[in-house]
Amino acid sequence: MSDFFDAYALTGGLLIGLSATLLLLLNGRIAGISGICANLLSFSFSGKNIRGAVFLLAMIVAGGITDQLMGDAVAAPRESFPVWLLALSGFLVGVGTRLANGCTSGHGVCGLGRRSWRSLMATLCFMTTGILTVLVLRIAGVLV
Amino acid sequence: MNLKALFASLLCGALFGSGLVVSGMTDPLKVQGFLDITGNWQPALMWVMGGAVMVTAICFPWVLKRQQPVLTYRFHLPGVAPVDRRLLIGSGLFGIGWGLSGYCPGPALVTAATNTAEAMIFIPAMLAGFWVAGKFCGECQPKVTGTD
Repeated sequence: MSDFFDAYALTGGLLIGLSATLLLLLNGRIAGISGICANLLSFSFSGKNIRGAVFLLAMIVAGGITDQLMGDAVAAPRESFPVWLLALSGFLVGVGTRLANGCTSGHGVCGLGRRSWRSLMATLCFMTTGILTVLVLRIAGVLV
Repeated sequence: MNLKALFASLLCGALFGSGLVVSGMTDPLKVQGFLDITGNWQPALMWVMGGAVMVTAICFPWVLKRQQPVLTYRFHLPGVAPVDRRLLIGSGLFGIGWGLSGYCPGPALVTAATNTAEAMIFIPAMLAGFWVAGKFCGECQPKVTGTD
């Protein structure tokens, strides 16, 4: 049971939910990371994009600070993961989330909160292919 | 420039980033561990998603009863659109990429501060993916059939 319940994970999840709620309440925006990030590629300095860039920068900086503060409670950075797998993975994540108009945050956290049918289908879909992909990695011996 | 809204973005971004790290989701092995249902399954992601969706499911309907957000003029919500091929193929490809490395976009960006060696490869590849999808599939946006 102690291995099953994860208080850090639940606390982090509540913080993410709080962030998404505040962004909708205050600014009227969905906290979807892939969308915010992809919009920046238009290089237009609209208010929306400036706020998006500030959101992402704050996310990265606060993430880095929290990582330092937590010390040994967070895992050490992964090393020697195959570069080609990282690159392929990043490209698929980029293409896929853009086609689907959302990722784990936009469809998962926010879409499910809005009871969106599209988001539920998207979430089931990426969970399924994610599970199958990890299964293939395990069979191929990449995961140990 | 709406400075209050800018500050709200700063606050929400910081909360989001801290939440990702506290939850353990910036550790890609934990994410792959969740997807690894035939191996050494790790439940962390279930608690993260459960906690986050519990908050949004309770609070979003309450927030959306308002005429407008506190600091801006209107809510920007995706319209109601049917489940189409683009959504399913996109999510399917995203899931494959997610499983391969254990990174989705949020945690991947945070690695710029926590694992620069992997960030240097993953983030440019993800941006290239955004660009390619926007360039070649920008026309096929989902057909919006209403608003909500």
